[in-house]
Amino acid sequence: MKQRLALRSLAAGVFCLPLLAASAHAADPIKIGFIDPLSGPFATTGENGLAEFKFAAERLVNEKGGVLGGRNFEIVPFDNQVSPKETLIKLQAAIDEGVRFVVQGNSSGVANALTDAVKKHNERNPDKRVIYLNYSAVDPALTNENCNFWHFRLDANADIKMDALTDVMAKNKAITKVYIVGQDYSFGKAVADGAVRDLAKKRPEIEIVGNELHPIGKVKDFTPYARKIIASGANAVITGNWGSDMVGLGKAIIDAGYKGPIYTYYAASNGITKTFGADGKNVIRVVSEGQGNPPPSKSGAEYITAFKAKNPNNDVVQPRVANTIQLLKSAIEKAGTTEAVAVAKAMEGLEIDGVLGGKVKMRADDHQAIQDIHIQVHTDEGITFPLDNSAYGLLVENTVTNAGADSLTTCKMERPAN
Amino acid sequence: MELIAITLFDGLVMGLLLFMLSSGLTLIFSMMGVLNFAHASFYMLGAYFGFQISQSIGFWPALVIAPIIVGIAGALVERYGLRRVHKYGHVPELIFTFGLALVIEEFVNFVWGRDQKPFQEPDSLHFALFHLHGYAFPAYKVFMIFVAVGIFLVLLTILTRTRIGLVIQAALSHPETVQNLGHNVPLVFMGVFGVGTALAGLAGVIAGPALGTFPGMAFLLGSIVFVTIVVGGLGSLWGALIASLLIGWLQTFAASYNLRFADILTALGFTRPLRIADSVFRDLWTLTLPQIGPILPYFVMVLVLAIRPQGLFGKREL
Amino acid sequence: MTIAPTSDRQPQDTLTGSQWRAALPWLIAFALLLALPFVFRSSSAITVMNQMAITVIFALSYNMLLGQGGMLSFGHAVYMGLGGFFAVHVMNTLLVPLPLLPLFGGLFGLIFAIIVGAFSTRRAGTVFAMISLGVGELVAASSIIIVSFFGGEAGVKGDRTEAPAFLGINFASQTQVYYLIAAWMFLSALAMYLFTRTPAGRMANAVRDNEERAEFLGYSQRTVRFMSFCAAGFFAGIAGALIAINFEILTEENLNLTSSGVILLVTFLGGVGFFIGPIVGAVAFTLLQSVLSLQTDLWQLYVGLLFLLAVMFFPGGLTGVLAMHGPAWRHGKLGLLTVPYLKLTAVVVTGILAAACFLEILFHVRHASVGENTMRLFKLTIDTHAVWPWLATGGVALICLALANRLAPDVKAAWDAANLPAKGSARR
Repeated sequence: MKQRLALRSLAAGVFCLPLLAASAHAADPIKIGFIDPLSGPFATTGENGLAEFKFAAERLVNEKGGVLGGRNFEIVPFDNQVSPKETLIKLQAAIDEGVRFVVQGNSSGVANALTDAVKKHNERNPDKRVIYLNYSAVDPALTNENCNFWHFRLDANADIKMDALTDVMAKNKAITKVYIVGQDYSFGKAVADGAVRDLAKKRPEIEIVGNELHPIGKVKDFTPYARKIIASGANAVITGNWGSDMVGLGKAIIDAGYKGPIYTYYAASNGITKTFGADGKNVIRVVSEGQGNPPPSKSGAEYITAFKAKNPNNDVVQPRVANTIQLLKSAIEKAGTTEAVAVAKAMEGLEIDGVLGGKVKMRADDHQAIQDIHIQVHTDEGITFPLDNSAYGLLVENTVTNAGADSLTTCKMERPAN
Repeated sequence: MELIAITLFDGLVMGLLLFMLSSGLTLIFSMMGVLNFAHASFYMLGAYFGFQISQSIGFWPALVIAPIIVGIAGALVERYGLRRVHKYGHVPELIFTFGLALVIEEFVNFVWGRDQKPFQEPDSLHFALFHLHGYAFPAYKVFMIFVAVGIFLVLLTILTRTRIGLVIQAALSHPETVQNLGHNVPLVFMGVFGVGTALAGLAGVIAGPALGTFPGMAFLLGSIVFVTIVVGGLGSLWGALIASLLIGWLQTFAASYNLRFADILTALGFTRPLRIADSVFRDLWTLTLPQIGPILPYFVMVLVLAIRPQGLFGKREL
Repeated sequence: MTIAPTSDRQPQDTLTGSQWRAALPWLIAFALLLALPFVFRSSSAITVMNQMAITVIFALSYNMLLGQGGMLSFGHAVYMGLGGFFAVHVMNTLLVPLPLLPLFGGLFGLIFAIIVGAFSTRRAGTVFAMISLGVGELVAASSIIIVSFFGGEAGVKGDRTEAPAFLGINFASQTQVYYLIAAWMFLSALAMYLFTRTPAGRMANAVRDNEERAEFLGYSQRTVRFMSFCAAGFFAGIAGALIAINFEILTEENLNLTSSGVILLVTFLGGVGFFIGPIVGAVAFTLLQSVLSLQTDLWQLYVGLLFLLAVMFFPGGLTGVLAMHGPAWRHGKLGLLTVPYLKLTAVVVTGILAAACFLEILFHVRHASVGENTMRLFKLTIDTHAVWPWLATGGVALICLALANRLAPDVKAAWDAANLPAKGSARR
């Protein structure tokens, strides 16, 4: 610790530091380590997530007098550059700085590395145990075969989202031919496998006219994929693509003359909504938790309004961030301590009111949050809270309440005795 | 059959876009020996400048102004950066362009942020020009073809029909002799670098609306451009054109046809393991052509270099 | 294209012939490696040192290609990554004691280097460089596709504590791992240094400097390059196995083109002309990456600018700068440079800090939430919406730039004076 401080002050002499204000509070703040990309190509989601976390901690905890008799939440950012290796280095740095709660979300590859590292760290250093709150990585394995006691997932996993999506698709009689396309990695494969499995169960007469993977972040022009989708006669497309792969694919499909729905996981905000603009209207659909339009409740609307007032260039795109803070606050209050085992046990089975509507319950078996999942459409009609400062936003079309509450898990969790 | 015709068209668009980048790079590379890793970064700069200018005064002025700005920036980089490093040798030059690529990307992030930019085609070209068997052909893509072909013709004319073109051609193969004949080779270098980067900038303005404007766009095209000039052969405009088209078509066809490796393996007499999930070769059996399409050009490059190190149309070795 | 001829002056040993003087740096290094964990005791500091040691091996192995063999590679991380993936699989068999694991990584790196080297080392220069780029891209892409060996984007995990115990040590603590990595780094560095003294290492230099002459002397340039290439692959594999031990996970990032590019920068930053260059580069770069990225989101911009400026003003890298002062040192005139250097350094450092502060303020204004008008710089709280911080930082940066321009001729004059042999001293 001392050496690290020495290193820091050494660096302070050499480099300019926007250091986190380390002014002494009466009660020590509870440090929450935010380990996500803050530089490099994926920093835009990281920066937005950081803004959401800072706002949630301020509004949901600190402004309400903190927890455990006035202790505040402090979000400490660490830039992992979406690199598993850098993540593990930053985890050590965070722990040395007194962080005992880690939040991370971008990339399931990083999440897999982090959950494993946290588990090993806790085994080897029982005096410095850490809880990992995963707010976005949706690889089903994290709450199935790779689950562990220290990992909690606040987002619905890919299988649960697909379950909700296929519930809605099964009721839409206009859909007869479905084309599945995704990035060639575990998440893309999980989406494809889930779609094939669930559609066969719920509407066996739906024909899967295409099911393919493309290399992640390597395709320059998506036109050939769009041509194949047109050629197949598909009237619904499912994709788990994100970032520029999502924009490229979506634009190519629309440009090629496709008019049906494109069901996606991540086609909103960070410039994506604005880029799709009028072209994507009533075509792009997003499966996600948390409702913005129509406003879920008075308090939810106030939350979004206050966030926008403070962060005009960001959006509340990950309502689960607010739920993460809310859940952690409730668990710490219930446990009466910040000790990791007690907080983790308090979190199991805990139910809170979602900040943007609905209930969120942390399932004890696999540490997967169960919540409402919405199918939302990209449009400019009936939008109270648009995204990207454009006219467009997401409007809830269908809702599956407590999605995946009955979903099975292969998780066999080992719980520590004390 | 229709799909083949359409894929030919789509591949042509992609190939010509690559050509706009590789034509400048091949001239720079063969004259100065610089592996300019920042070439695609100038393409990105073009897209962002184009986006910014089109926000205020429209797409068409942006199409002219943005490449000029990028070209001037390129010429300045050559004059005050590369020329200084040139005397230290090729590796420092290369490191310089490496660092430059990093700085340009961070500059773009700093100025425009890291999110996707809503750079749209001009409304006058935002429609389907014609339909063929239900496939729409965006007018913008046809426009891209015309621009690229225009560039090729202009470059070819300059290189073969003008005096400066002859000097450049001579400097490609015998730079010392040209210098000894009294030509200002450093000035020619600066000019070629400026024009090359301006072409990359133009490609950026054109590709921005079609392929997306985001911080990773330079990295996406960066190394593939090297592949085109190496495969095509150094200093050969025709080589760059043909290699670009080849790679454009290779990628487009690979993405269009879901050839499965399981079929090939079966045809070769292998039998599919019953418990595929446990097999060490499971990935081979489930592989399809689109999965490996984007890496095929690298395979071609390694093959070409192993067999014919001067590239398909190159006159001298790398 | 050819690689710039670099100075071939190795540390003194041929000068003095004294065994003791040759061994001294190694003894100091050994003592330093032993002592470091007592100075930096926090686990994150040890993690950074482990990362540093691995980068040192990797950079030294890279310099066998670039500095000693004149081969510019864009895909050297492939051998490190493949060695690492193989090592983590070996680790998971639970058969091999951890300290022997690097041998397996090295062996696998060597095997792959033999395969690729068989066709890529036929030529040096751009052909070699582009083949290495192509192979790098192909292997990186395969690592995502071939899930059974590479584990997809999640990578392959292991648990080092489950390997058979070695002398009763289970390597659960970071410090134990540090000593294991440090020992391997020391051995590898020594082996690579000795390689430069062997006839094969000497011939690599000869081929780098003049292929044709080496060929006329009866050495096949291709064989010489091939041997350097294989040796470099072996040591890269060792670095990979140490990644497996330190991080207990191998992912695509350990073998992709970015890693290959970074190691080129690292080696260059340290200086390719000297054996110690890559070591200096690896230490400096790891510090930059790990420490600077904790302090500012703009660190990549600073790193990029650092490389641009370094290559423009110090093309020999950090060790090159030091070596430039050799003649002045021998003439005993280093003192002449002290005052001009101190002046220039003070001005340049102030200027860079002011410019960086300016950028940080600008970044803060653009990214901070509404109402968050203050930031902390050097323990000062600054109102970023006031005018004075902009004027002050921008002004100081500009003044320093102007001053540096004014000081440059003085430094040049002092430099020339210091490099003039003193009266009465032996003429060259």
